[in-house]
Amino acid sequence: MSETPLQHEPVLTVFQKGAEGRRAFQCPERDVPEVDPEQLLPARLRRSQPPRLPELSEPEIVRHYVRLSKRNFDLDSGFYPLGSCTMKHNPRLHERLAALPGHARLHPLQDAEHAQGALELMWNLERALAEIAGLPYVSLQPSAGSHGELAGVLLTRAYHEDRGEHRHKVLTPDTAHGTNPATVTMAGFEVVKLATNTDGGVDLEDLRAKADTDVACLMLTNPNTLGVFDANIQEISHIVHDVGATLYYDGANLNAVMGLSRPGDMGFDIVHFNLHKSFTQPHGGGGPGSGPIAVSERIEPYLPCPVITRETHGDGEAAPARFALENDRPKSIGRLRGFQGNYGCFVRAYAYICSLGAEGLKDASETAVLNANYLLALLKQEGVAEHLPLAYGELCMHEFVLSGGPMKRELQIKTLDLAKRLLDFGYHPPTVYFPLLVEEALMVEPTETETKETLDAFAKAIAEILREAAEDPQLARNAPYTTPVRRLDEVGAAKRPVIRQAL
Amino acid sequence: MLEAIGVSSVAEIFERQIPQALRLKRPLELPGGQSEQDVYAHLVALAERNTSTEDQLCFLGAGMYDHYVPALVDMLCERSEFLTPYTPYQPEISQGGLQVMFEYQTAICELTGLEVSNASVYDGPSAVASAGYLAKLDNGRGRFVVSAGLHPHSLQTLRTYAHGYGVEVVEVPLRDGVTDIHAWGAAIDEQTSAAIFAQPNFYGAVEDAQALAAAAKSDPAEGNAADTSPVVIAQVDPLTLGVLAPPGQCGVDVAVGEGQSLGNRLDFGGPSFGFFAARMEYLRRMPGRIAGETVDVDGRRGFVLTLQTREQHIRREKATSNICTAQALNALAGMAYMAWLGRRGIVELGELMLARTHYARERLAALPGVEKLHDQPVMREFALRLDGDVDAIRRRCIADGVNPGVDLQALTAREEDRGGLLLAITERRTRRDIDRLTEVLGAAVAAERQAVAAL
Amino acid sequence: MAEASYPDGLLYHPAHDWARIDPAETGLATFGITWYAQDSLGEVVFCELPPPGTAVTAGEPYAEVESVKAVSDVVAPLSGEIVEVNESLADAPQEINEDPYGEGWLVKVRLSDPAEREQLMDAAAYTSSLSG
Repeated sequence: MSETPLQHEPVLTVFQKGAEGRRAFQCPERDVPEVDPEQLLPARLRRSQPPRLPELSEPEIVRHYVRLSKRNFDLDSGFYPLGSCTMKHNPRLHERLAALPGHARLHPLQDAEHAQGALELMWNLERALAEIAGLPYVSLQPSAGSHGELAGVLLTRAYHEDRGEHRHKVLTPDTAHGTNPATVTMAGFEVVKLATNTDGGVDLEDLRAKADTDVACLMLTNPNTLGVFDANIQEISHIVHDVGATLYYDGANLNAVMGLSRPGDMGFDIVHFNLHKSFTQPHGGGGPGSGPIAVSERIEPYLPCPVITRETHGDGEAAPARFALENDRPKSIGRLRGFQGNYGCFVRAYAYICSLGAEGLKDASETAVLNANYLLALLKQEGVAEHLPLAYGELCMHEFVLSGGPMKRELQIKTLDLAKRLLDFGYHPPTVYFPLLVEEALMVEPTETETKETLDAFAKAIAEILREAAEDPQLARNAPYTTPVRRLDEVGAAKRPVIRQAL
Repeated sequence: MLEAIGVSSVAEIFERQIPQALRLKRPLELPGGQSEQDVYAHLVALAERNTSTEDQLCFLGAGMYDHYVPALVDMLCERSEFLTPYTPYQPEISQGGLQVMFEYQTAICELTGLEVSNASVYDGPSAVASAGYLAKLDNGRGRFVVSAGLHPHSLQTLRTYAHGYGVEVVEVPLRDGVTDIHAWGAAIDEQTSAAIFAQPNFYGAVEDAQALAAAAKSDPAEGNAADTSPVVIAQVDPLTLGVLAPPGQCGVDVAVGEGQSLGNRLDFGGPSFGFFAARMEYLRRMPGRIAGETVDVDGRRGFVLTLQTREQHIRREKATSNICTAQALNALAGMAYMAWLGRRGIVELGELMLARTHYARERLAALPGVEKLHDQPVMREFALRLDGDVDAIRRRCIADGVNPGVDLQALTAREEDRGGLLLAITERRTRRDIDRLTEVLGAAVAAERQAVAAL
Repeated sequence: MAEASYPDGLLYHPAHDWARIDPAETGLATFGITWYAQDSLGEVVFCELPPPGTAVTAGEPYAEVESVKAVSDVVAPLSGEIVEVNESLADAPQEINEDPYGEGWLVKVRLSDPAEREQLMDAAAYTSSLSG
């Protein structure tokens, strides 16, 4: 196979381009009197050599990064069924709104009376998220899902400590996202793993055996990472609450149940949202995200500072409201980051909620679940299921997990090979090798964005790859062929780490 | 589609999976959906109720700064190829993003004078708390010694995290505007996990980083083994590093900070990014993503996420951090900005800020009822003490269209900060702007003194 | 090493670790991981060993080996004190894959309780536990 133009292009970093003396930046005029440099800043505090940043003209910089951008696959170009990541369309309106100077150029320490629009937006978003979660109080501060988890576990700690209890264990199912156990350790607790039952839910016997008064919290995702809604959730909630522990909801999979079922009604005390998943913040190639939390009454006193307050002067709905940031909260766990959180993400999430409204959010979840079940059914029809069976259950929620075990044995290709071959077909592959519980796992989340035509074509592509493999497994094993680079030596990268350009 | 699935309705899919008692039987209590133009109008109306740095002559800083963001940064961040992908789990189709991370890591290492950088963390204060966790994992000791010159948000965030992972936080006071080096040295002992300071500090003063790092490290002359030294952590403003000595050359082990000043907009506090750089010995303790260089099967140069066994998705409860999603797009803005500024530009911009900040400080401190809070060298930000109620004086200035800066005590809650005003002079504030501030602040202080005298 | 092998004469721990008792000095043993362990892990890229002088306890992890996408605890088959570590693994961790019972050894240990060896399996018992 001959090289594609992108494969042929030499790979040079921005530090290897340009030439000495070239520049894009023109410094504003030095309009103040000259002062002896030593008086401004003594030499011993100064840098002796300028940092070796690149030296390029503006056109060179633009061309460098625009060309680099073409070496990325992105959601705006094609199907991205990355399980657990909810890659739904990012409306362009949101970018326009977030860029308005009143939002984008607003200093975080601007006085509240000069930031009423921002505070009202945050208040409204809090109220909407509270309603969606079925829990009354919200903090928007955490920067991403894992940060929301940390907030939640620290809130749990504060709640128990305030009651004079020192609990040291947190339960997490063996299907949990890695962020759950990592968070538990970071918050100073010990991880206790829970087994999964044959339906893909929490093993109740194991839970009963492990739930005791040393347990501070159970962290759950529902629907969980297997795409299974745990029908025993009320029983789980009773067991956990009977021993005085809290129940934490990892909101990574909220896109399955918006307006259909609420974590608060299931018995959860603390919920985090991934605004970059369910509420369509563009993912930026690895962030920014935003991970607000919603909590019940008993957790509210410990919420991070600051919280937004709303006061009305006068009576009635039309009375003008004033919003402020409140820091004086003696039981608060404190801050988790600087300022108020990722406001730019709040603007986008709020715009999304305003656009969709109550019915639209429900419709989004229904369509996401319909799409996932349709794709699952298609794969069965295409004869894929015999090589890639559904790991648990018959139907699924908004995503499903297939096992590539039979495919590996019968067709001699691994899930990784299937994923790499999908790249040649122009698709972003599903999540691979997660959850760990499933052999050769392939986790597919189509989202509500996709049309029937896209799902049909994707199912055909999977079937085609399996047919190819039946004839010649080498084809998939050596894939991809058409991408800017082909399979990369990750072993070499880990053994001899080169993590910056030699200058 | 329903036929293919084998159900009669979408509702049936839910009914067969979610117990009846848990299905919400009413619509969410939210307003109905709106058209694009109506949503646009609503959020424009909200934006108009905010006073941005376009609408007001603004000297606010204290962690986020109104620097000029070049147009090419906006253009690159709006490109679908950078805006809409997920974390680069499939490197073959993510070379653009991965190479940007690699370039960004190179630039951060170069600025800080350290050997290792990750691809970004959430923000400056959480980066400080994560650096504390690195120290705790590294040496397992139970105490952080922290300069009172750290940004209050960093200090508060560190306390929140440290309470969880079980480390005590001890604060060392300032003396003449900088960390009291004797108290600092005295507070640090073999039980100290990390020693943490800010450069420049929250009050704008440039610290003697070399002296602080040296005082934190155990002195071999006293017969201490080298490994009783704490991890020395500095929170640094990256845009000052064209002029200030790089932390790596001052003996700092881990340099972290807020990256907003590098090409990111204010956004009322986020999203921006935090950077995280360290000495090579901490490579396997680093939090978050790291891009590494490698080759493909045909020998082409390429990039991958590397050393992932540190991370939560593999190491789970033993991970170096729980971070997953970080701030890749904001770090891209940072990298494009650094390329735009370039090797000479970052020095020129730093020198301009030094000169204008000096000018502003001298002019303002010459006003009656206004004095410097400290005499230490400053870079872009400085603190004044006003004779009068800072809140009332600020209000007078704001009524005249000038936001004169931050009421120090409102942010730190320290009694000794009463009367304090913290001002930032970015390159967007010209001499004319500074002269205007001088006029307005002078009048406000005078008016406030008069009003108080009249009581 | 492409083919599975479990040499006779070694003692095996169910966590896929082996011990070789020094024929000349029964109080001294060499530890490593089995072919099965290295095969499940994939190509080893990093291996962190504790310094000599560290005490190890039978059944408890004392080290970690890493591939690109996995980390595995290494469990001590017997108790004692580490007297030597395989320094060459720092530059050539792939020895663990290529020669798990030879060049890929991890540590040498002065045993504190040689009687613990009674708890370990021989090659036949370990091999049959793998197929079970």
